Amino acid sequence: MAVKEKEEKPPSVPVGAWAPAVALGWLIPGGGHFLLKRTGRGVLLLLAITSMFVCGLMMRGYMFQPQTGDLLTTLINVGGFIGDLAGGILYLLTVWLGYSQVDVAGHVHDYGTKFLVVAGLLNILAMVDAFEIAAGRKD
Amino acid sequence: MPKMNLSHFEAALLFSIFTSVVMGVVTKNNDRDRLHYGIYTFACFIIALFGLGWLMYFGHG
Repeated sequence: MAVKEKEEKPPSVPVGAWAPAVALGWLIPGGGHFLLKRTGRGVLLLLAITSMFVCGLMMRGYMFQPQTGDLLTTLINVGGFIGDLAGGILYLLTVWLGYSQVDVAGHVHDYGTKFLVVAGLLNILAMVDAFEIAAGRKD
Repeated sequence: MPKMNLSHFEAALLFSIFTSVVMGVVTKNNDRDRLHYGIYTFACFIIALFGLGWLMYFGHG
């Protein structure tokens, strides 16, 4: 009779230990790493994500709105909106300063839209990394 | 804000650079491995870029 071995769960980390790093990481790309004294990595993240977002703006990328409709429309628009929103202060500043670009055809606009969304998604990766460092699961 | 007009190749190259930097920074546990992984990711992007480019070229006939 086989005995099931229970996998050991890593000990839960108090929210107060990681929440500030993750929140700052969302607001400022690389901010979580700055807070955790990983300055070099924070600078690289800040430069890469901000440059990508600014390139997206200079290519006149489209900012998604959370529209719903059929499944594909919902997935594209809500997913794109979440990606844009994950850019933190970059997204907020862009919206506050009145950036408005209609969705037009053309490969440059299309790349711009992808740059804006992917900059946010890369920021999510940076936030996950900041969480793992704050939780002590990673150096 | 100035408008940026890039070709497909230039835009994909920029995308690869930024993404590789972040992928390199957030993975692995020491700087040497991070650098290697960043370069590896960038190389994969470039290979995929040229590979898919030629595939589309031949696909069009």
